[in-house]
Amino acid sequence: MIELEIDGQKVTVPEGTTLMEAAATLGISTPTLCWAPNLDPATACRVCVVEVEGSRVLVPACGRKAEAGMVVRTNSDRVRTSRKMVLELLGSSVDLSAAEQVKPWMASLGADPSRMGPAAPPSAAGERDAARAGHHHATDGATAATVCQPIKVDNELYVRDYGKCILCYKCVDACGEQAQASFAIAVAGRGFDARISTELDKPLTDSACVYCGNCIGVCPTGALQPVTEHELRQEGAWEPERQTQTDTICPYCGVGCTLTLHVQDDRIVKVTSPHDASVTGGHLCIKGRFGTRFVAPRGS
Amino acid sequence: MEETDVILLVGSSTREAHPIFFHHVIRGVRNGARLYVVDPRRTSTAAWADLHLPLHVGADIALANAIGYVLIEQGLVDHDFVRRATTGFDAWAASVQQYRPEDVEEVTGVPAAMVRKVAIDYGRADRGVICWTLGITEHHNAVDNVRALINLSLATGKIGRWGCGLNPLRGQNNVQGGGDMGALPNKFPGFQDVVDPVARARVRSVWGDIDRTPEKPGWHLTAMFDAMHRGDLRGLWIFGENPAQSEANSGHAIDCLKRLDHLVVQDIFLTKTAELADVVLPGTASWCESEGSVTNSERRVQRCRRAVPPPDGARDDIEILVETAKRLGVDLGIRSPHDAWEELRRVSPMHAGMSWERLEAEDGLQWPCPSEDHPGTPFLHARLWEDPVPGQRAPFAVVAWAPVAEPVDESFPLLLTTGRKLDSYNTGVQSGHLGAPLSRGEALEMGPGTAAEHGLTEGDRVRVSSRRGAVETVVRIDPHLRTGLVFMTFHHPDQVDTNLLTVDTSDPAAGTAEFKAAAVRVERLSPAPAS
Repeated sequence: MIELEIDGQKVTVPEGTTLMEAAATLGISTPTLCWAPNLDPATACRVCVVEVEGSRVLVPACGRKAEAGMVVRTNSDRVRTSRKMVLELLGSSVDLSAAEQVKPWMASLGADPSRMGPAAPPSAAGERDAARAGHHHATDGATAATVCQPIKVDNELYVRDYGKCILCYKCVDACGEQAQASFAIAVAGRGFDARISTELDKPLTDSACVYCGNCIGVCPTGALQPVTEHELRQEGAWEPERQTQTDTICPYCGVGCTLTLHVQDDRIVKVTSPHDASVTGGHLCIKGRFGTRFVAPRGS
Repeated sequence: MEETDVILLVGSSTREAHPIFFHHVIRGVRNGARLYVVDPRRTSTAAWADLHLPLHVGADIALANAIGYVLIEQGLVDHDFVRRATTGFDAWAASVQQYRPEDVEEVTGVPAAMVRKVAIDYGRADRGVICWTLGITEHHNAVDNVRALINLSLATGKIGRWGCGLNPLRGQNNVQGGGDMGALPNKFPGFQDVVDPVARARVRSVWGDIDRTPEKPGWHLTAMFDAMHRGDLRGLWIFGENPAQSEANSGHAIDCLKRLDHLVVQDIFLTKTAELADVVLPGTASWCESEGSVTNSERRVQRCRRAVPPPDGARDDIEILVETAKRLGVDLGIRSPHDAWEELRRVSPMHAGMSWERLEAEDGLQWPCPSEDHPGTPFLHARLWEDPVPGQRAPFAVVAWAPVAEPVDESFPLLLTTGRKLDSYNTGVQSGHLGAPLSRGEALEMGPGTAAEHGLTEGDRVRVSSRRGAVETVVRIDPHLRTGLVFMTFHHPDQVDTNLLTVDTSDPAAGTAEFKAAAVRVERLSPAPAS
């Protein structure tokens, strides 16, 4: 066991505990976008940074392990300033409208993305995918550069709205070695041109994608959405506060995956799985995530 | 699966048929386990293996016995375990002497060096797991196939320990639960034998007069179809199954169903089977429109919950049963799935500790769970490691390889094997609505060698015929499929009814038909008009 101090309180945690987990035992919640309970920390979004005494830079609480005698501050001026700036940079360049969890963080930190200037016009379809390393030109500073671009709709099951992508890498990890092992997507490009891409920018339907939707399951900003959710959002009819969530078991093979059915107006509008289900670890296959349409046609 | 040294997947396209279980396999591999896949086809599962053993269809016993031969030859038998916990080793050891890998290469199709590598690795490993799916059980000698694999785990003591064991991967979400609940012709709930006087006494104490329950085992599915054909079975009530399309030799199955005096089908859709029924009872989708439980492949009893209301007129399966019983003058005393569960706990000792509240609160419970303070059982047969072993010792079985029921010949020169694809499920009643981008419909998959021999190319329309029926479909080239072997699914029976072709020769004990091997011939049809 390791003893450390967080925000002036002593806490004892097992070796290997992260600062985020240690803080949670004291009831301190840490904002994060790129961390997920069923993936290794990517430490990419920097929203979770905390101050460790003696450390030159702020450290990501999601990935940094607790050490004996550490003195950690999660709410110092330095932490708040950094988190505020990170959220403003993200908010000015990415459409965070579907990332509901960000709104209270923005408000409590007084983050104002609009002070980065008016948004630059969105990219045309395929423009960002065509960018090559070294070709990026800095803007004139009059507008805030964004990743805004048209939504990619190329199959019946899910859409890719990369204007909402903060490049947290979770989808890449879930598609690749941490869960699904399909390796259909990776990060392409460098710097502000970096984006999630299929191999050689092929359409999804020509890629190694098997439509398990485990990328959707971990996406924190709604950049990846089931078609059902996307269409309801387009109609302005996506109302999470009116949805019920019920855990049941997948009707297909004998593995016994727990499905959380999100139901709105007696219709299954989304399927997820609890990250702590021993069978699934939060991940599903195409049938579990999308195979419930046979229930839906009722009344239609 | 995550904490083992060797994983042997036999006749299992796990990557496609059990995708989330395969996540656990991948984690095992990442943790250092070697993965060996035995399959006639180089599937997406086999592509993950350290070694793919490309055996001939139906050669499973020859291969397992050859592995046994090497275990003995190399001194990899755990004699302490064998002596203490098993019976019949000597007879088995003598029987596998005829299966020297080099001598059975032609039967198995697997190079002897591969067999030796797998046997030595499995034998030497501290922990090893054997998993199988329908490639083992959909054969006319299914039970022998399974026992051949059990022998290997007994010989090496890879049973009853963490990271070891024998795992049949269940193909359907509650096929384990169906067996657990006594939906077997020779069992009461909890796998209690109907002829066991102790079990009969226990069941009588809950159910009262069961004297009208026959004291001998009833018919399994295949025997029922035989009885329908003979005219001994005149009335049938089918719950949520589509045998008109899912049975092997389905033409025969439909003929049998038509001979019935009275057929009741309870389902959520008007399936091809329901179309044959005298009465159709609209049921609910039990996993999302009603409350209850299912049991998965790892014996985990899990709660299903109602998330959406059923369509007008559909009624819960239990409600239909109870109501029917009432009209027959019997009050089953069950008002809810919870009531039914409480009754089960009194009938089935292995479920006794699983209170409804525990199932509700916990992430499922694995049987046996005999009392409420019992945590459930993550793996079975730990008793085999006690000294002395309590209860029966585990028996080896002498099993001999036998060819498939219908070998190829001049008239039917190709062997058809069937299986499942990632995005589809059985006869497509549920998965047909999915809109899967990968789904390309039914086709006859063949390797380049077979295609060349028949002068066929991708997309050609063909008639596939067996001794029982014929279907029309298109050719698809699978570069990995060996010459002489062709593959189809039965996911799209409304377009291509594959089971018109399959063989209904079945295992005498289990009743499982040999879906995995039928002799067929292929003829090109005149080109279809361009669409």
